[in-house]
Amino acid sequence: MSIIAVEPSTADLEPHEKSTGLAPRTPLSSSTAVARWLGSHWVLVISIAVFSVALLWALIPGAFTHYDPIAIDNGLKLRSPSAEHWFGTDLLGRDLYARIVYGARASLLGASIAVAVAVFVGSALGAVAGWFGGLGDTILMRLIDVLLSIPGFLLAISIVVLYTARTGHAGLVPAAIAVGLTTSATFARLIRSEVLRVRASNYVEAAITSGATTFTVVRRHVIPNSVATTVSLIAVQLGIAIIWIASLSFLGLGAQPPEPEWGLLVSDGRKYIATRGWLTLFPALAIIAVVLATNNISRHLSKRAAR
Amino acid sequence: MRTYVFKRFGQAVLVLWAAYTVSFLLLSALPGDAVHNRIQNPEAQISPEQAQVLIEYYGLDRPLWEQYGSALTAAVHGDLGYSLTDGRAVTELVGAALPSTLALTGLALLFGVVFSVLIGIVANYAPWKSVREVVGSFPALFGSIPTFVVGILLLQLFSFGFRLIPASDDGSFVALLAPAVTLGVLVAAPLAQVFTSSIRSARAQPFAHVLHARGAGQVYVFRRGVLRNSSMPVLTLLGLACGELIAGAVVTEAVFARPGIGQLTVGAVSTQDLPVLQGVVLVAALAYVTVNFVVDVAYPFIDPRVMVNSKARRHNGRGVTTKATAGAVDREPAALPSLRVPRRLPVEMSMP
Repeated sequence: MSIIAVEPSTADLEPHEKSTGLAPRTPLSSSTAVARWLGSHWVLVISIAVFSVALLWALIPGAFTHYDPIAIDNGLKLRSPSAEHWFGTDLLGRDLYARIVYGARASLLGASIAVAVAVFVGSALGAVAGWFGGLGDTILMRLIDVLLSIPGFLLAISIVVLYTARTGHAGLVPAAIAVGLTTSATFARLIRSEVLRVRASNYVEAAITSGATTFTVVRRHVIPNSVATTVSLIAVQLGIAIIWIASLSFLGLGAQPPEPEWGLLVSDGRKYIATRGWLTLFPALAIIAVVLATNNISRHLSKRAAR
Repeated sequence: MRTYVFKRFGQAVLVLWAAYTVSFLLLSALPGDAVHNRIQNPEAQISPEQAQVLIEYYGLDRPLWEQYGSALTAAVHGDLGYSLTDGRAVTELVGAALPSTLALTGLALLFGVVFSVLIGIVANYAPWKSVREVVGSFPALFGSIPTFVVGILLLQLFSFGFRLIPASDDGSFVALLAPAVTLGVLVAAPLAQVFTSSIRSARAQPFAHVLHARGAGQVYVFRRGVLRNSSMPVLTLLGLACGELIAGAVVTEAVFARPGIGQLTVGAVSTQDLPVLQGVVLVAALAYVTVNFVVDVAYPFIDPRVMVNSKARRHNGRGVTTKATAGAVDREPAALPSLRVPRRLPVEMSMP
């Protein structure tokens, strides 16, 4: 809750709300300030809450359900949602709520791997291109143009297939790495433009003139100054990666059964959609809620970065 | 104009060549294994002679750059190799799958543009704040729903629920509607986002205020100034969205069990048919490059400012501008003469 105190509450309000509230000079009591901040940021608060729940599901699934997500119980086939089984059970008698809770681990882990790969590869390429410029910059940027001209999802599919051709089976981690490699072009572009922007500034000129090494300048100036925009892109990419990995799993190219993964759960539940719609609906809602949450958090972060 | 078009065309060809090279390196060079796997697969029943032909055809007994050279030459002549599963030409397979996918993506693009224009206008011009806010949040919502979920829900609702559309592709136009809407939602998300925000920023520009001050109505300002200015970023994005369309078609066609490039891809993936996959990647890149080339060429007609940047055009551009402005003023000595925006000038520059 420490963010709330720092947040300048009047600056965030819509213009017309400014005039209806208290007189601007009156110091607000802290509870009023909290209430006003919540009033204008309720979407953000819900988003953070949703994302935290998903994160907790991924980290400590055992604390949220005592059912096993994989063990088969033929006596409990396709039950409707009830007090014991909140989201019902699937064809093999597995509790759907437990599978969604454990599925958060696969989905978020996959998305995190994808984004980590994208950030690592993308910032390395972008930083080198932006800092050194010249021929290397031109070649790297052309290469990235080419990467972007092949539809990313197809490229990810191709990489997954290459992996499958070598090992004989698909998996969550190769799918995540494929998604990460494909989306690294976006990061490379962003980091390059950030590096160029910071590089042109007076304080970097001053630092170089006073003898700072490239490494020092990057560590002290370039990274701190581009963190805000990068973090907001990371949040967006996290949502996109969740969708892509779920789509790959849906096509059978990502996580393999019986591993619980949200895209896979939707594809399993699909067979019974006419009579047992909840088997499709609940995992789908989990994906939508988490992606919406990451998008909202990202929008807030980029607004803060722009300020 | 001609140099501009040539330059863009050269870039397009270069990108296409590079895309081919990347996909070749990624798919064709590595899968010596895939061909050998195929040969050793007892189900395929390939005789040693046929195996020899296969190896020679794919040039697996030659160095990599020679393989690349012959593959590129063949590709330029329209030969993309043969499917590893049924031996049909890749061009034939892709050609057979293309019309269905083109119909789907074309209609989806239309839906996407219609959705985004509606959202952009309602989110900015609706008289009630609550409506503006709700509609304004649609793009974020559209972008957060996976395509397969949209597809499954539409399929369930309209074909099993209301029985309005056939559940599988029977070639009719009605069967095309649900998949096209699914894919349209996917492309509408970024388009609507950009259109909404660019309408907002165009409305805040000085020229819009000046037009209002001179008595122009909301509709006039939108039609004459805001629409043109705010459609530029959308047009750029439209080119980029075509990549999304092809990728989205893979998922959509899988959900609706429609034949097309997507089904071809999924099939090629499950049998590790790399030549077919490479053909699909190449066709996708070709589509992307073509659309972006068309967008680039259309750009100067919508926003002549792009041409000002190229030195050769600057002089000519100015000449045309002067003429157009003079003509417009001459023809309209009536009440608000300078309100008539000359076709060849950016709107905000034309205002006093």
